[in-house]
Amino acid sequence: MSSNPIKVALIGNPNVGKTSVFNQLTGLNQQVGNYPGITVEKKQGVCKLNENTRARIIDLPGTYSLNASSIDENVVIELLLNKNDEDFPDVAVVVTEVENLKRNLLLFTQIKDLEIPTILVINMADRMALKGIELDIPVLEKELKTKIALISSRKKTGINQLKELILNYTELSTEPCLHASSIDPDYFNNLRRAFPNQLLYKLWLVITQDVNFLNLERNEIKSSFTKSHADLKRLQQKETIKRYQFINDTLKIGQKIDVSKATDIRAKIDRILTHKIYGYVIFFGILMLIFQFLFDWSSIPMDFIDETFANFSSLAKQHLPAGEFTNLISEGLIPGIGGIVIFIPQIAFLFLFISVLEESGYMSRVVFLMDKIMRKFGLSGKSIVPLISGTACAIPAIMSARNIENWKERLITILVTPFTTCSARLPVYAILISLIIPEKRIFGFLSLQGLTLMALYLLGFGMAVFSAFLLNKYLKLSCKSYFVVEMPSYKIPMFKNVGINVLEKTKAFVTGAGKIILALSVILWYLGSHGLSDDFNNAEAIITQQNQNKTITTEAFEDQVNSFKLENSYIGYMGKAIEPAIRPLGYDWKIGIAVVSSFAAREVFVGTLATIYSVGSHSEEETTIKNKMAAEVHPETGEKIFNFATGISLLLFYAFAMQCISTLAIVKKETNSWKWPIIQLVFMSGFAYITALIAYQVLK
Amino acid sequence: MEICSSELKIGEVATITSVNLDEIPLKLLEMGCLPGNSITLIQIAPLGDPLYFNVNDSHVAIRIETAREITVTKI
Repeated sequence: MSSNPIKVALIGNPNVGKTSVFNQLTGLNQQVGNYPGITVEKKQGVCKLNENTRARIIDLPGTYSLNASSIDENVVIELLLNKNDEDFPDVAVVVTEVENLKRNLLLFTQIKDLEIPTILVINMADRMALKGIELDIPVLEKELKTKIALISSRKKTGINQLKELILNYTELSTEPCLHASSIDPDYFNNLRRAFPNQLLYKLWLVITQDVNFLNLERNEIKSSFTKSHADLKRLQQKETIKRYQFINDTLKIGQKIDVSKATDIRAKIDRILTHKIYGYVIFFGILMLIFQFLFDWSSIPMDFIDETFANFSSLAKQHLPAGEFTNLISEGLIPGIGGIVIFIPQIAFLFLFISVLEESGYMSRVVFLMDKIMRKFGLSGKSIVPLISGTACAIPAIMSARNIENWKERLITILVTPFTTCSARLPVYAILISLIIPEKRIFGFLSLQGLTLMALYLLGFGMAVFSAFLLNKYLKLSCKSYFVVEMPSYKIPMFKNVGINVLEKTKAFVTGAGKIILALSVILWYLGSHGLSDDFNNAEAIITQQNQNKTITTEAFEDQVNSFKLENSYIGYMGKAIEPAIRPLGYDWKIGIAVVSSFAAREVFVGTLATIYSVGSHSEEETTIKNKMAAEVHPETGEKIFNFATGISLLLFYAFAMQCISTLAIVKKETNSWKWPIIQLVFMSGFAYITALIAYQVLK
Repeated sequence: MEICSSELKIGEVATITSVNLDEIPLKLLEMGCLPGNSITLIQIAPLGDPLYFNVNDSHVAIRIETAREITVTKI
């Protein structure tokens, strides 16, 4: 027998281990997408409850209450208010944490008011003994009118009990556990009389929250039950106080805490980690470690991948029948894909570190340490999260700016985040640094190349802060705001959570970039190996004529033919057309093509050059992309193309230029106007051009 | 004696006597920043702002102008 799956919504405060519960229930059986029209992550998974029954589980964004203050939180309310939504849950599972039960229950009492069958999960039960906490489960179940699953996602206990409760969800009570309407009986009685068929708490949410509500005309309620903003706020405050009274009374009889055991370890650790000197030393130590790791130690798997792809290319050439199709594969596809696969180790490491910093709870301490300093530049301490996660990718980073309460601080953060060195710049930096910076070590262990990379990260960060300073000066916006940051308890990151996160993000990077690169490399290959003019088609004859009076080896002859062909191909014409604009920066037309195609996405740079150079050379031997670039010389002067001046100029250009269509799209979405992404594009790319120009002219 | 929570010293425990509801964000109330609950100053950030409190077992950092709107008595 198979039946429709039971629809389950996981709801809870941030930092209660909701994602761990989700991972325990679904394993790798999950998919991440977006809610339609908005860029809030939607996580769904399937859980097998028994032989015949499955549950479809949605992990809703973390929220402190049903009083939403961000679009992530709106998602929760909109789903729970809309019975017609295909995801509307049969049963709500509210996840709480044993140490913060009092506060977590606030959300629980609100969900209960919606009269949806609700299960209460008390997570991190393994910490109870340590913290001297005792719970009287039967009493709590009676007072809260629910069933409780005491689980520990770390120790993997209690999950089966939760599955059992989900299976029998029809037996759950749907009665609210307190009557919030007593905060203003007259008002609520009138409301009840006007809309007898609607749930009172639902009406209240529609009045107070800025959410879409399908079944009811919002204006209809509004006009007859308008209250001033201040009055509504006061009622909301009263409601919160009322709920806490109920929770306090309930916990008085259902929870015992042995105060002697309840030492505040978190506070003790925090006195060191947020200390005015040690705090910063530790923070910068961690950053140093990450960068050494990224550049130095990830080179081992990267070299391996690089050579493997070079081997693939020559294998394909040797074993496939010669012809157009083989050329497409060996010169277009394989180098193009290799150009992106090589960066998987670095990108995975980067996501790993960021995921560990966030999971462990350390990120909030950095927010606390940096707030006052960041405010001097018009940013918030919370801007540090986008700025750090921007080192992975600017897109999720810009979305994470949502929890900055002040609009001006948030806007500035969104505008400057793309300056931070994202993982798409990493491939470009890595290959350029290895070409122009010698492989030396200072003090025997600090790699010079690693330090250069770190300097580039600092440059990006510095530029972000500097432009924030300018924006803060010239943007005239006044916003009243506040700043509330929760300091979650420290947790050793769970391998499964971090692992799934790294896997998902890396996969998204490779497939997302991979698609563009694949398409571009095919187009580039075609444009590079075909031409219109007679010159292109008669290359052999022309070169033979040029070499009439010289003796020349077959190999040198072939090379000359190929480079002549490339110059007269479609891509050659295009490159030559833009050359005047990029010549002063020290780039030849091939680099120019790579730079222009990078405006789709930066990481395309390496793949593009790889494709162009593969078409250009005809050697059967395996050569890596790096070797090809190092061997490239100027046809007239015989000088190396990738010399120090050109390298630095390119590094600066990539550090500052806005070359990411996806980022521009997300900025448009988050700021709701084309004005800001256009300003970003013009300012960043203009600035990049000027600095690259100055650098090349000074260094050449 | 009533003082502002911003005047507490590190490690001092106090009880909240009143909060200025016009200036305090709802989110902070929802974390348990309500009259009658206990409040402890855990850490002051370098440069004197923000302040890091334990309010009602919620560990939370707020800026000094918000902390001034919370009145407390020392225990």
